[in-house]
Amino acid sequence: MPRIREVNAGQASTSRWAAYLYILTLFFMALTGFGQMPIYNRYYLSDIPGLGWLANFYVTRNIHYLGAIILLALLFYGLFDFLFSRKRRLRLSRTGLLRAGLLAGIVVSGALIVVKNFPHVYFSDSFVIGLDLFHIAAVMIFLLTNLVCLIGRMRWTVSR
Amino acid sequence: MNQTISRRSFLKGGLAAAAGVAASGVPGVKTALGSDGSRQLATLIDIRKCIGCEACVEACNETNAHKYPEPKKPFPKMYPSRVKVSDWSEKRDVTERLTPYNWLFIQRATVSIGGKETELTMPRRCMHCVNPPCVKLCPWGAAKQLGNGISKIDADICLGGSKCKNVCPWHIPQRQTGVGLYLDLMPSFAGNGVMYKCDRCYDRIARGETPACIEVCPEQVQTIGPRDEILAKAHALAKETNGYIYGETENGGTNTIYVSPVPFEELNKAITKGDGKPHLERVPDAMAEANNLATAMIIAPFAGMAAAAFKFVKSTSNKA
Repeated sequence: MPRIREVNAGQASTSRWAAYLYILTLFFMALTGFGQMPIYNRYYLSDIPGLGWLANFYVTRNIHYLGAIILLALLFYGLFDFLFSRKRRLRLSRTGLLRAGLLAGIVVSGALIVVKNFPHVYFSDSFVIGLDLFHIAAVMIFLLTNLVCLIGRMRWTVSR
Repeated sequence: MNQTISRRSFLKGGLAAAAGVAASGVPGVKTALGSDGSRQLATLIDIRKCIGCEACVEACNETNAHKYPEPKKPFPKMYPSRVKVSDWSEKRDVTERLTPYNWLFIQRATVSIGGKETELTMPRRCMHCVNPPCVKLCPWGAAKQLGNGISKIDADICLGGSKCKNVCPWHIPQRQTGVGLYLDLMPSFAGNGVMYKCDRCYDRIARGETPACIEVCPEQVQTIGPRDEILAKAHALAKETNGYIYGETENGGTNTIYVSPVPFEELNKAITKGDGKPHLERVPDAMAEANNLATAMIIAPFAGMAAAAFKFVKSTSNKA
């Protein structure tokens, strides 16, 4: 028994670190994502000492891409960890489903934007505009949903 | 026609906007565009031939005048105060630099050729990059790239945030305040007009005509055609004249290829540079870093999946 308790503690620690990394990644993704609009320089945010990089679109884009790599790894880790280890005990709550759906939308639209940025890739004008608007709208709804869930203490999963 | 390029361009460009790739009526352009217009068109600029007469500048202004901004005044008060009005509407005659009313200008450089001081002149405008950062990084999709490689800014959608100018290695697009969509949104707090630059007469090309600056040039300084053919011509010309090439690899490749009798490092030192007066420096591919990172995105899901599988196997073996 002590050995199992040790393992569970280790798993909980892994999940905690994954959760912290997930929150940190989301923060930087949102920060650099909004930074793709020319607002940080206009509204003095990049004037704050240490935040000058927010006005450099190439730096924010590279950080956004790095964040996307970490986020993708974390999301697939979370998804398969759920399928392998937790699915028998837990199921997604309604807000969990909503957040998962929004995340999926953000990931798919983000992936399409990444593809668009390669040379010789042309999407139609209206598709690009729709993609950009969808990506930012989904992020804003996702952040708002998370805030509501945090205040209302609503979890991703509930017991079966 | 190069089949590999054609097939790749065709597959990847299946959803391309069609405005600039319509069937052509002028033989030269028809040959250049091909039947589907999916190949990127480039221009070759032979600097030796340019006499600096500005006929191209004049033709550009006449041809594109209907696209120029007609701002509403007074301009909305901008917040915060650091947001400056950019008004060229009272300076429409300025031709010695790029402005919203002048998309092409003649850049001059006095250099030494064979020990003799010589003035070289060259038309400067948007380079029409193969993978244009202005288009790819526009947050609203207001900047577009047509299947034939022309990049253009949609004046009906652009908010004038100037990101395209910021990310352009040559800082080509120019802003005019008091015009465009931002006036209907939150004019004091977001946007600041519309960005303007050369659209390489996409509408003329769509009608089967050549761009005005090329058509009017008395010295045939510019040649237009598929990029691979233009590059071959540029290399042949450079070999024949002991010349130098600019634009082939700059920013990952552009669709404006200059051939000069002197090295571009010398030309760059000799030209006047500044806002609206682009440089001639060597430019690394601005889009490459992030696009290289993008390949790691393909591996990331597998890494996450493997970590979850490893954790599961470890916990099961520990329980056993």
